[in-house]
Amino acid sequence: MSGNGTLDGLTGETVTLRVLKGTPGSTPVEATYEVPGVTGMVVLDAVHYVQHNLDTDLACRWNCKAAKCGSCSAEVNGRPVLLCKTRVDDLPAGPITVHPLKTFPLIKDLVTDVSRNYEVNKEIPPFTAAPDDGSPWRIQQVDIDRLYEHRRCIECFLCQDVCHIMRTHNYADRFYGPRFFVRVASLEMHPKDVLDRTELTRDKGGLGYCNITKCCTEVCPEHIHITDNAIIPMKERVADRHWDPLRFLGRLMWRR
Amino acid sequence: MTAEPYDTIDCDVLVVGAGGAGMRAAIAAAEAGCRVAVVTKSLLGKAHTVMAEGGIAAGLGNVDAEDGWEVHFADTMLGGQLLNNWRMVELFAREVIDRVLELERWGGLFDRTDDGLIMQRAFGAHSWKRLCHVGDRTGLELIRTCQDKLVHTQGADVYMEYTLTSLLKDGDTVAGAVGYNRNDGGFVVFRAGAVVLGSGGWGRMYRTTSNSWESTGDGAALAYAAGADLLDMEFVQFHPTGMIWPPGARGILVTEAVRGEGGYLYNSEGKRFMLEYDPAKKELSSRDVVARAIYKEVQAGRSTPHGGAYLDVRHLGAERIKQKLPSMFEQFHALASVDITRQPMEVGPTIHYTMGGVRVEAETGATTVPGLYAGGEAAGGLHGANRLGGNSLGDILVFGRRAGEAAAEFARGQGARRGIDERQVADEQASLLRPLDGSQDGATPGENPYKLHEELQAAMQDDAGIGRSEESLQRSLAAIGELGERSRRMRVSGGRALNPGWHTCRDVENMLTVSEAIVRSALERRESRGSQWRFDYTEQDVELGKVNFVARRDGDTMTVARVPLDPLPERLRPLLEKSRFYDPAKLPKGHLTPMGAAPKEGA
Repeated sequence: MSGNGTLDGLTGETVTLRVLKGTPGSTPVEATYEVPGVTGMVVLDAVHYVQHNLDTDLACRWNCKAAKCGSCSAEVNGRPVLLCKTRVDDLPAGPITVHPLKTFPLIKDLVTDVSRNYEVNKEIPPFTAAPDDGSPWRIQQVDIDRLYEHRRCIECFLCQDVCHIMRTHNYADRFYGPRFFVRVASLEMHPKDVLDRTELTRDKGGLGYCNITKCCTEVCPEHIHITDNAIIPMKERVADRHWDPLRFLGRLMWRR
Repeated sequence: MTAEPYDTIDCDVLVVGAGGAGMRAAIAAAEAGCRVAVVTKSLLGKAHTVMAEGGIAAGLGNVDAEDGWEVHFADTMLGGQLLNNWRMVELFAREVIDRVLELERWGGLFDRTDDGLIMQRAFGAHSWKRLCHVGDRTGLELIRTCQDKLVHTQGADVYMEYTLTSLLKDGDTVAGAVGYNRNDGGFVVFRAGAVVLGSGGWGRMYRTTSNSWESTGDGAALAYAAGADLLDMEFVQFHPTGMIWPPGARGILVTEAVRGEGGYLYNSEGKRFMLEYDPAKKELSSRDVVARAIYKEVQAGRSTPHGGAYLDVRHLGAERIKQKLPSMFEQFHALASVDITRQPMEVGPTIHYTMGGVRVEAETGATTVPGLYAGGEAAGGLHGANRLGGNSLGDILVFGRRAGEAAAEFARGQGARRGIDERQVADEQASLLRPLDGSQDGATPGENPYKLHEELQAAMQDDAGIGRSEESLQRSLAAIGELGERSRRMRVSGGRALNPGWHTCRDVENMLTVSEAIVRSALERRESRGSQWRFDYTEQDVELGKVNFVARRDGDTMTVARVPLDPLPERLRPLLEKSRFYDPAKLPKGHLTPMGAAPKEGA
């Protein structure tokens, strides 16, 4: 990708960006920039034009500019999106607001501190196969197809950003969030994995807080059916293993 | 001069970069009992490895039983025009099989055959169906699998969003590196017993590139400054198929898997031109051949409206397209409003990969600087004059692991950690801070680093791109010299905290160093071979097939030296015939030429 403000394909129109600029401890303010419109332009192209020509200090995280790495997450006109995949001509006419992800602590301008996500990942026991399960493995394609949906996750954290358990209730300390329910589901459904992470997901992961509003599914740029194919199956496993009447009774007696 | 305050972090092995090579090196070093620090400019899991789409080539023979490491060896050597380090190719072809199975045991997914084994697909210039893959997202799968393995490996710590700008040395030996935390601008010194460069390649000095902002050649520039050799720098791979429209999407990769799954290339007259350029391999010829074919069709006036060729998969049917090429379907739909099940794609060559890199020893990844190791795209030698698709993901696993193990052994043999030379730290800090110092401007306005970057991209794209000549290369060399002068006057506003303009200043300096190495090496190689296409020397030269070019620092100037290429040993020579594309009449010129094109024993 060029990503450097080349000007061929000019539409003759002007795109107005209102970018929330700020640092921790100050009150962020919207800075307004006028950018020449280019055919097929995405919002990240416009932000790059600003960096190259108008404000070299404007902070924005990005990498591949091809919707494959999940770095350039932000909120455009109030909606969590990837900047590299959001076409300017798909947005309503008028100024475009570009704000950082609201759920995460601000570092500078459009860049937020998403390190909590990496800590959660460390808490989830990794893929573990039986030591005597010798290679080469035979796995059926139908199993791969089911898991592949979860593995498409590019860790853009838009689902974490939009989830009201994290965004409004601020439960990051007791709730893993949609991304990590997808992660757990991909491990739990792997035919060669031998661990059981159901109790961890119920207890430390706070799976029960999720009341399946499906906001995460709506914002996922990879179109992963987070609620239907990761969260609900995990909730069913919790119901089966933790709340099954016989097991529940067994636990009570065993504890005694 | 005294150094500004900095944080000191101690480790046994410092790994620069957290793509596949860096992470695999870190896992190997940590498993060998070392304290490892992995430093990445980005967040973990965002490295350029995620962009790899096609798959990992490995001679498992799951689909085509005729395949094996020997054929993979032959294809890789022939694809590299026999300029490869044959020992690296041998290790690679043998070990990549284990690395793929290891990835699966770490939880990595691969598509399956009907028997439940790892599925393999066809790819350019590979004799058999060889690429282990999952859809068209194999790079993401590799990086996520290594990431999860790494964060759960004892002894490895990841430092996200740090930039390392200079290696520190104690005498001849590497003692660590200095850099800064990108988010707050604070300086940091890593003291290390050994350093592994897993820092990837350098495509950002070209205008049309499939590379992310990170690919600025930091590793090569760091190694060069520390006195290491840069090998085969003239070889820069143009991937034949990048997006060309709309303008913002120009350069974004269109995976070779599109052709691997059966896609055809057409010119504006509706002609399948690859049938002419390479009747045997057709669309699945090696990348240099297909890229040049598209370039020639465009030059001949048979281009699509936006200056490329049509890539068509409609005959595969919508269902197969969506199952095997889901990312491509999505990418064209979202960025270009093109439905690839109903419309052809417009594509053209885009900078994709750099075959050249830091010169290393095959077994260990050791550079010519004691304590400094390199693996993956940052290192040179494996791919020769042209890399085959599917060989980079295997490269980073095989040689990432080897470099990590060797670095761990070196670090353990070092005993006490080496001291840090405060002057080296202070000098580097002063150099880094110069663009932020407004007081030096005087009468001349400062240079905008982004503008210098754009000018460098123009100089490299136009004059050191897919086709080159003495004249064009001299032009780009002059431009690089002039930009180098101006780069001393780069100035940016703002402070040290997360200031992209400031960060770009060092990126530009590194790209200038690496660009100079590309151009100077390309000037010396007066022939066309692999990705190097000289308009003024259109044939292969026998003598140049027996040498590599090496760029190294001599004071403040860059020199390019010829180093003899180790000839392919007798025991490996017969393996070349195992390639389906072996043709004794068309062997790359070099060591095998005088003998009358590889005589067959007993024939």
